[in-house]
Amino acid sequence: MRRIPARYRSMVVALAVLVIFALIPFAGWHIPWILPGPEDILNSTGTLAPLAVCFLFAGVAIGYDLVFGYTGLLSLGTALFFAIGAYVFTITVTDWHWPFFPAVAVAFAVAVVVAVLSGAVALRVSGIAFAMVTLAFAQAFYFAIETNPHGLTGGESGLSLNDAGLPSIVQGAVSNTRNLYWIALGFVAVAACIVWTVTSSETGHLIVAIRENERRIEVLGIRPYWYKLLSVVISSVIAAGGGIVYVLLIGTVLPGTVASTSVTIAILIMVVLGGPGTRWGALIGAMVYEYLQQYLNKVSAEPTFTSLPAVLRVPLSQPEFLLGILFIAFVVFVPGGFTGLYYRHKAKSLQAASGDVTRRTIGSLVKRTPPDR
Amino acid sequence: MSTFLSITFSGLALAGVYFLCAAGLTLIFGLMDILNFAQGAFITLGAYAAYELSLHLPMSVGTVPIFLLAIVGAIIGGALAAGITEVVLIRPLYGRPMSQVLVTIGLDLAIVALLEGIFGSNEVAISVPTWVNGATHIGQVVLPNAAFLALGAGVIVLVSLEMFLRRTRYGIIIRAGVENRGMVSALGIDVGRAFTLVFVIGGALAGLAGLLNTIAFNSDFVTPIQGDSLLIFTFIVVVVGGLGSIRGAAVAAVGIALLQNYTNYYLGNHPGWSQVGNLSVVLLLAVVLSVRPRGLFASVA
Repeated sequence: MRRIPARYRSMVVALAVLVIFALIPFAGWHIPWILPGPEDILNSTGTLAPLAVCFLFAGVAIGYDLVFGYTGLLSLGTALFFAIGAYVFTITVTDWHWPFFPAVAVAFAVAVVVAVLSGAVALRVSGIAFAMVTLAFAQAFYFAIETNPHGLTGGESGLSLNDAGLPSIVQGAVSNTRNLYWIALGFVAVAACIVWTVTSSETGHLIVAIRENERRIEVLGIRPYWYKLLSVVISSVIAAGGGIVYVLLIGTVLPGTVASTSVTIAILIMVVLGGPGTRWGALIGAMVYEYLQQYLNKVSAEPTFTSLPAVLRVPLSQPEFLLGILFIAFVVFVPGGFTGLYYRHKAKSLQAASGDVTRRTIGSLVKRTPPDR
Repeated sequence: MSTFLSITFSGLALAGVYFLCAAGLTLIFGLMDILNFAQGAFITLGAYAAYELSLHLPMSVGTVPIFLLAIVGAIIGGALAAGITEVVLIRPLYGRPMSQVLVTIGLDLAIVALLEGIFGSNEVAISVPTWVNGATHIGQVVLPNAAFLALGAGVIVLVSLEMFLRRTRYGIIIRAGVENRGMVSALGIDVGRAFTLVFVIGGALAGLAGLLNTIAFNSDFVTPIQGDSLLIFTFIVVVVGGLGSIRGAAVAAVGIALLQNYTNYYLGNHPGWSQVGNLSVVLLLAVVLSVRPRGLFASVA
């Protein structure tokens, strides 16, 4: 790695990771115990499908990190846009028999319009009130799809995707798991590219500057409002994309699994676990969270587990309980998440090997973890 | 007319539940700048504490004493959970408000999942004295007895909270803390103890609200998610009322509960309109925020 110039290094790492994951469907290795699915073969359907779900949430988490980590806004509206993507795509494809690309385009267009309107209202308030308002909007949409207006959304029983009119490579979640796996992987890659491009651009620097000191930016004659809105809209569009990939993978949409607060909270936890406002944090956090959730679900059904005494079995059989506790532990003891740990370790080893490293370098490494406000 | 009165009455009872949930939340926010998501879990915990008590106490005690003990149990359950949360999780994170909020989010998730593990995700029923499930007829107007309890509790708590905040030493410290926390600390008063007290009060009221919601609006059933579904409306009450204001919370609770009940009854029968009550509340929130972003009773900062 030493000969690669520093600015290309992360790009090379990203490409290498992408290639490795893209090749997994060809690797028929037998790996016992650790796989999230029911089978022990790496490229089996039972393993690729859960991995694809990991990717899909990783993409959404990367998008959310733009708002939460980089812009410093605690938004609780992720589920709104995830659900818009999922529902608009399902309705246009299944009920209106639209082809793939127009359906995707309309889902994105609706997401943009709703993001601009709701973001414009919600950004009138700041801090905790912003969180509450975005949560209220997301709940309003949840209520709306539960009412099943004109029979569009199927109410509580949700909708199933009829993929007969779709291109054959995305049809059939079971028979075509490989393709869907690559689609989900592609979605993460695109989401990461968008967010990385934005955050390394001038706009991105401004967004981070707004997080650090909004008043200062206003004094420079720049309206932070529009930059915050831009960040919200980009993140919402990525969440809507996640909703579309979700439908392709899972085949059904239910208000409880797509539009409820639990989606929002899960995404928030992923970003906090990984380390908000860092290049790899959201991605790593989401992969770990989704993997743990699916793995714990699998383990809690095994016979050795069900024979445990109730005091142990009951709490351990609830992945949400364990993940909630893990999340609390991270917030209290590991602020900055996994990436924060890494940067602190790196700073320490630099300090140990001191001599040629100035204090400033160490400071800049530690500073990568956004401050807690 | 009698229907209108019945709906108004049950709306006021719902306002009582909303106010109980919101009172602690708005004080906690005013004093500590924390949005306590775990309030939803405290609400649910209170209801389950009451359920456990009503299940395990011997019937020979009599249904009415059991019910009274269940009420006490709900209050103590909520208060205990909140007190432990404040001391163990919130206090070490003093000065990191975002982390405090995140911790309460994680706690809510964990408690709800644990309750689901223990009691199952299906509802369980609390046994209550027959009077609670009955109704009082005044002329043509039918008034459910459980609603009296919810409304009565709301009014009693509002009056006693106001008394507490105005007349007692701790109440005055809390009010001063809401106005200017730094100044109170500078005067050498231990604000930390006031934090714990406010948290415990908030938890106790939430636990009570959980039980009242169960008997007045959930046909005596307890579910693991009931607190979280109440929490959304509680947030709206708190924001509309003005963060930190008890009176604002009371007024907003009445307004929102009545709006919800009227729209639900008069518009909710149309096909596809069954959620119109909930939607109108969110709409109200959007309108209030565009006119008065700091809420109705916001202190002028």
